[in-house]
Amino acid sequence: MNKNQVQWLGFMFLSLTMVFILLVLGLILYFIIARGIHVISWEFLTQVPRRAMTQGGIAPALVGTFYLTIGAIIFALPIGLACAIYLVEYYPKSIVINIIRLSINNLAGVPSVVFGLFGLAVFVRFLGFGVSILSGSLTLGIMILPGIISATQEALLAVPQSLREASLALGATQWQTIRKTVLPTALPGIMTGVILSVGRAAGETAPIMFTAATFYTRGFPGSIFDQVMALPYHIYALMTEGTFPERQTAIAYGCALILLILVLLISAIAIILRQRQRQYGTV
Amino acid sequence: MLELKIKGLKRDIVEFAALVETMIEKSVKGLLQRDEKILREVIVTDELLANEFDIRIDEQCINTIAQFQPRARDLRTILMILKMGSDFERLGDGAVSICKSALYLIERPPVKALIDLPQLAEAAIAMLKDSINAFIDEDSESAKHICGRDNFVDELRNSIIAELTQIMLKDPTTIERTLRLMDITRKLERVADLSTNICEDVIFMVQGRVIKHGKGE
Amino acid sequence: MEQYDNVRIRAEEVRFFYGDKLALKDINLPIFENKVTAIIGPSGCGKSTFIRLLNRMNELIPNTHFEGKILLDGVNIYDPDVDVVAIRRKVGMVFQKPNPFPKSIFENLSYGLKVNGIRDRHYIEERVIKSLEEAALWNEVKDRFNESALRLSGGQQQRLCIARCLTVEPEVILFDEPCASLDPISTNRIEELIENLKQKYTIVIVTHNMQQAARVSDYTAFMYMGELIEFDRTEKIFTVPRDKRTEEYITGKFG
Repeated sequence: MNKNQVQWLGFMFLSLTMVFILLVLGLILYFIIARGIHVISWEFLTQVPRRAMTQGGIAPALVGTFYLTIGAIIFALPIGLACAIYLVEYYPKSIVINIIRLSINNLAGVPSVVFGLFGLAVFVRFLGFGVSILSGSLTLGIMILPGIISATQEALLAVPQSLREASLALGATQWQTIRKTVLPTALPGIMTGVILSVGRAAGETAPIMFTAATFYTRGFPGSIFDQVMALPYHIYALMTEGTFPERQTAIAYGCALILLILVLLISAIAIILRQRQRQYGTV
Repeated sequence: MLELKIKGLKRDIVEFAALVETMIEKSVKGLLQRDEKILREVIVTDELLANEFDIRIDEQCINTIAQFQPRARDLRTILMILKMGSDFERLGDGAVSICKSALYLIERPPVKALIDLPQLAEAAIAMLKDSINAFIDEDSESAKHICGRDNFVDELRNSIIAELTQIMLKDPTTIERTLRLMDITRKLERVADLSTNICEDVIFMVQGRVIKHGKGE
Repeated sequence: MEQYDNVRIRAEEVRFFYGDKLALKDINLPIFENKVTAIIGPSGCGKSTFIRLLNRMNELIPNTHFEGKILLDGVNIYDPDVDVVAIRRKVGMVFQKPNPFPKSIFENLSYGLKVNGIRDRHYIEERVIKSLEEAALWNEVKDRFNESALRLSGGQQQRLCIARCLTVEPEVILFDEPCASLDPISTNRIEELIENLKQKYTIVIVTHNMQQAARVSDYTAFMYMGELIEFDRTEKIFTVPRDKRTEEYITGKFG
């Protein structure tokens, strides 16, 4: 075999891998859409569930997921941002910072159900928030914190040192430099990381299972100490509980399709932002 | 920046040329008017000034070359200024030596009435002035023209030398004084020669063409 | 030479360490007012390290250590009670690679004034225009104030950076290889600019381009392996250097 043939074989293999991945993705989409599309209607999106889930819609679950996600971001974004800025901009580079960075990366690898149990122990029981939006948001927030921190760190590190120097050389303080030069330049990168974290928070079941979610509420939540329905947990519940499993399955696929669309939309926003950052040419 | 430096150098060399011109003029004037004061002025004051010019122009040229690495016409101009500087220094020395001879002559009775010599001096100094102007204006045409005038000066010198030789043959007691006059004649003729050199250099500077030693014609 | 020119900055026994590696060895150097001082030397000789000490830029590099004194108008800028921000406003810097902010041209130029607490819109505009004129960029950008600075050419960006530095009215300007990434024509324009700026500012320029140092500077310092080998008037350095290493470097025998 000459080297051209070897190259051809190599590319062939790579192409086949791509085809395989697209096939899997296509199959997932196909099954979810095929099974879920016929239950989706305006009513499905806007009504509360009726007759033991078999009628009506999933509006409370959508709203619940929205609340939980927003809550998680409100909690995680300021802390994550502050932490990343401190680690990149202020903390003297040393062994300590490497240990902290390693810890954050490890935190990102912790299974989500462990976060769920942690939330149950600390927020629900110890702090007495009960099973509520607050507990669920805090748990989700802690879960996405490492993601936000490392995305922000990456974005900050990608800001050329020369811009910091330019600002400092003009007599700006370090804080002015961060606020007026580093953060605006890093913003698209930070936003990308944050939005991907939002997608993750919206789609997780395990952390909210013990801390916030319930199978059924009569209406919409009234305060942050209420339990809520949430899309991912709703799917889980439809498949494992209830009195009409066959009819519930179809609805579960509908929910899955909605969740999928939601997460794809969020990712799309992240991709668009990244694209704009490239055009802006911060490098 | 280089332009400014060259401008400054040109200004210096022109001032140097003016100084040398007056030195020669003064030396001839001192001889004709038997004015010891003027002659001493050239030897004592002007000579020192000329030496200062020489050193300063040398330094400036070398610094400019080291700092700016001039090329093409800029380089030719600077090299020419460097050379003109040492030419002028020699002309200044010539003026001093004319003055010294003149000091000897004015204490003694004249050998003859000096008629051709001032004419020679005038022609040579005019050539020097014109060649400097050709250099300032970077005018290679008039430079070429000035070169032609050297023949007239040469003829004038030849006739003066011939006349002086006759005087020596007739009356040997004049030999010492006549030899001094011959020396002055040669020094004045050198002024015209160096003017010719300057004109050749102007042509080289402007056109980058070598015409001296019969080349290029 | 010092009797003719005013000393603006004086480095005294300056030593600088990266970790425990000694990068600058007892540098003593005067910087004269309204003159251009060039620092030349082969790569890694410490010339950039040195110039960045003059506005305390090296403090940003972790694990470094400074010894000695740098006197600006007689005051040691490394004294603990000296405000580093005030020093950097007084001692401006132009960097090796043009580094405009990814903002509009006007925002780039108003930045320095704003971070120094100036709010008067009228005054800011006046300073911006003045600085652009001084940096010989006014004609090229006067109709483009709201365009991104990144759309300018490399040479224009560098002149914008010079203008940006001028807005806060520094007294000393440090140029750290300002032409390293520029083409010959842009380089020429920057050199002319430096020549003009010295009427008003004291200038220090680091360059690996000897010819550039020869052309633009009044004084030249030659550094080699962290040491200051020779400092003198530029024409002396380039015609009759005293040290053999200087001679070898400027005649291209090493470096």
